[in-house]
Amino acid sequence: MFGSFIKKSRAKSPWIMHFDCGSCNGCDIEVLACLTPLYDVERFGIINVGNPKHADVLLVTGTVNYRNAKVLKNIYDQMPEPKAVIAIGACGNTGGVFREAYNVIGGIDKVIPVDVYVPGCPAKPEAIIDGVVTGLAKFAEKVEAE
Amino acid sequence: MDTLILVIIGLVAGPVIGGLVAGLDRRVTAWFQSRQGPPIMQAFYDVAKLLGKEKMVVNQWQVLCAWVYLIAAAVSVALFFAQGDLLLIFFVQAIGAVFLVMGAMAAKSPYSQVGAQRELMQILAYEPVLILVFVGFYLTTGSFSIEAVWQLDQPLLAKMPLLYLALGYALTIKLRKSPFDFSTSHHGHQELVKGVLTEYSGPYLALVEIAHWYETVLVLGLCALFWTTNVAWMAVLLIGTYMLEILVDNTMARMTWRWMLKRVWLLGMGMSVVNLIWLYAG
Ligand code: SF4
Repeated sequence: MFGSFIKKSRAKSPWIMHFDCGSCNGCDIEVLACLTPLYDVERFGIINVGNPKHADVLLVTGTVNYRNAKVLKNIYDQMPEPKAVIAIGACGNTGGVFREAYNVIGGIDKVIPVDVYVPGCPAKPEAIIDGVVTGLAKFAEKVEAE
Repeated sequence: MDTLILVIIGLVAGPVIGGLVAGLDRRVTAWFQSRQGPPIMQAFYDVAKLLGKEKMVVNQWQVLCAWVYLIAAAVSVALFFAQGDLLLIFFVQAIGAVFLVMGAMAAKSPYSQVGAQRELMQILAYEPVLILVFVGFYLTTGSFSIEAVWQLDQPLLAKMPLLYLALGYALTIKLRKSPFDFSTSHHGHQELVKGVLTEYSGPYLALVEIAHWYETVLVLGLCALFWTTNVAWMAVLLIGTYMLEILVDNTMARMTWRWMLKRVWLLGMGMSVVNLIWLYAG
């Protein structure tokens, strides 16, 4: 019984951590906009934490380049399992308008496994919240399958 | 036999009440910001989730420290429910607080180190106030045992109003609420990234959280002792105090530890001493 409560709780208490790899910063601002009282993500139990060791969901915006790939990987590795990664915006998904730049590796999934892709340039706050909620459903499935 | 039952009630009721209070706290905070806020059960979801996470530790010390912190907090609440001795309760909870700091110190992370130093400052600020409040209990009832308080026919608040205010200070510090939340900063994106709690993760963070619930119950219990003659007034007192606590939390910015030491030592201890002199002379 306690085990099932734990499983249920996972989807109810996603603590997100947000990492911006760079790009134009537009998606970054949209992510922060999600956290304002207007969207009230806290009603889903979402808390924005600044510490990968406390986080369940990693929101990544921007393109990965050769410099920050290490940082991204490091943050990802510090998060305890089970965890989910959500790539946000065209840049996060594929590299977006910056994909041809000489220092850019491409989307987030070139470095760490991604669970949900949220499109948009920039991604709307509604889409980001949607992405997190979809991510949670996937997350619950993953946990169920264990 | 009765004591045993009371101890068990304390051990069980501690986290239940503490978790509900934490959930309500977030609800009321959301209401202040005209949001809906998380469900009341949110605190339990959070802790259950944390318990199910991967065990990642920086070193074994943290495991021990998290457990000692929890056990000390639980024992102090159990002693409280068993009508134990206030001084004993005080020492047991102090052990827990110190172990939390030791766990944070055991990791090299600067956030955790700075958080630990600030937590020590907090302990330094509220422990003397707590002790003075207990001295007040002694002067009024002639004993450090909680049982004696229940035998009073007049609420303690009438005799120790200033000590109650001082206890309010201690409560804010102990609950790590603004303006005294500088050792953890309950919102993540601040300069400390959770301070003392930075290096605790997964199940160990859950233990620390449960211990914090126990502590909340202990401090609220101490407040409850100020009106033991009438249960309704006791409830009013508790709800009023906690609401004020949330209001202060939401309207104040975080201050520095210097500000805290000055305020608490001058005002908190000053009020306590005045009240104690009054009790002693009167
Ligand atoms: S997807 Fe668009 S808005 Fe978002 S970071 Fe890239 S360029 Fe900026």
